[in-house]
Amino acid sequence: MNETKKIQLEYSQMESDRMRLNVGPQHPSTHGVLRLEVEIDGEIVTEVIPHIGYLHRCFEKHCEKMTYPQVIPYVDRLDYISAMNNEWPYVMAVEKLLEIKVPEKVEYIRVIMAELNRIANHQIAVATFGLDAGAFTPFLYFFRDREYILWIMEKCSGARLLFNYFWIGGLAHDVYPSFKQEVLDAIKQVRKTNAEVMNLLIYNKIFIDRTANIGILPADVAINYACSGPTLRGSGVKWDLRKDDTYSIYNRFDFNIPVGKGEVGQLGDCWDRNIVRMYEMEESCKIIEQAVAQMPDTGDVKEAIPAKLRPPKGAEIYQRAENPKGELGFYVVSNGTEKPDRIKARGTSFVNLSVLPVISKGYMFADLILILGSIDIVLGEVDR
Amino acid sequence: MGLLNRLDDPFEGGGIILGKVEDLLNWGRSKSDWYLHFGLACCAIEFMALNASHFDFMRFGTIPRTSPRQADFIMITGTVTLKMADRIKILYEQMSEPKYVISIGSCSNCGGPYWEHGYHVLKGIDRIIPVDVYVPGCPPRPEAMEEGMIKLQKLIREQALFNGKDRIEELEAKKALKI
Repeated sequence: MNETKKIQLEYSQMESDRMRLNVGPQHPSTHGVLRLEVEIDGEIVTEVIPHIGYLHRCFEKHCEKMTYPQVIPYVDRLDYISAMNNEWPYVMAVEKLLEIKVPEKVEYIRVIMAELNRIANHQIAVATFGLDAGAFTPFLYFFRDREYILWIMEKCSGARLLFNYFWIGGLAHDVYPSFKQEVLDAIKQVRKTNAEVMNLLIYNKIFIDRTANIGILPADVAINYACSGPTLRGSGVKWDLRKDDTYSIYNRFDFNIPVGKGEVGQLGDCWDRNIVRMYEMEESCKIIEQAVAQMPDTGDVKEAIPAKLRPPKGAEIYQRAENPKGELGFYVVSNGTEKPDRIKARGTSFVNLSVLPVISKGYMFADLILILGSIDIVLGEVDR
Repeated sequence: MGLLNRLDDPFEGGGIILGKVEDLLNWGRSKSDWYLHFGLACCAIEFMALNASHFDFMRFGTIPRTSPRQADFIMITGTVTLKMADRIKILYEQMSEPKYVISIGSCSNCGGPYWEHGYHVLKGIDRIIPVDVYVPGCPPRPEAMEEGMIKLQKLIREQALFNGKDRIEELEAKKALKI
């Protein structure tokens, strides 16, 4: 079972035997508007060139023109599947520039929201990965459960997908009275479905045959390409910013960092990257349970929101946080006015996508779609 | 519409309905629209939710097709950038008549939040292809997209087929009469 399916580049060296194929930008399996220029020899992929820019929405230009709070909706639209997690490093960066101390209750609500959104993101990631491999049922199960999480977020923020909920120094609204109970009910449902999907999809023989030993990403290559998140952890590297560069109140919770172990194939294959996401959902459930138990009931979520928002001139900061897809960072430069001078986003998906041409060489063309699905990119964050 | 009403009140003896062929054709067309499987940005995630368990888009008789040749309508779900606009125009031109367009979300309606400073965003998909139904929202809820689908079905049902008039002309005439 441990032999790799990679063909050791036994393709013909003659140029005329190879064909250039265009995948995308409207192909459903490219997870958005990614265009791949693929050179194939028969069925074997010999070269992959990703072409990006089909969703370039001028994020940095908008940051120059908007005030600090007005940037938050644009930050939502970077990685639109996990908007809560996106807002967090940005508001943390501005809070650090202004030296704002966020109330205790706000921190707990932020942790619960971010972890719920992490679960929702991984549900989509595993669901679409299953879809790429040809399994439709987990997609329906996961999207059913995702609605329970979205309903909680909708009751809190008023939006289903792009929330604008984390404000600088606080939150847009306080949580509603039955919040804690509904969160616990939602993670109960998440756990139930995850146990089901483990049998139905993850340890299914067809799925293992399809995804194990495919797209092997060695740990040194992953580190060299600055991969992060489940893409890096799938290769067995224990690196999680929640533990390694602790921010907010994550040091108060007890949780593990799941890494790929090469259980059914070689270390760092598509199956490993996928199983890390399944285990991370369980870890998020554990964090949420602890946070719900510790969360104070009283407190004003808006008390620390500043009336005047002008960071000192020339102040700059780089703040990063662990997004569901990996490290998301914002480099904020202030010029003393209410508008930032420059905001640079370090997008996870963009960095993770850069490893695709390296790891997909020599596999079958059908496996290329799976490798792309296992990296779990969002084009809004790639192109920004 | 007229056809369905007459089903409740059949001709004497039953089994016979008097009606226009146009009504029958339009009734059939409106209940089996295939759409081009095509997602652009944030709205595509809500579109996935629309296709999944809770909302079940397929009960409208819609089936996702991956080829524009087999599609009856296209849903523009998300921000259309200038680089993507050429491709969407090609996709639209590859679709066979009769074809319809639903524009979903503020971005494809008018540029949305990228209206003012988005130097790479097309300010509305109707600048390159004709749009039949607009669904507002950023992103619209799946219920809003269902409403858009119902609006499109209504539009197809009321479409004239045999009077020789072009659909656009007919719509403009309706607009002039303020119906």
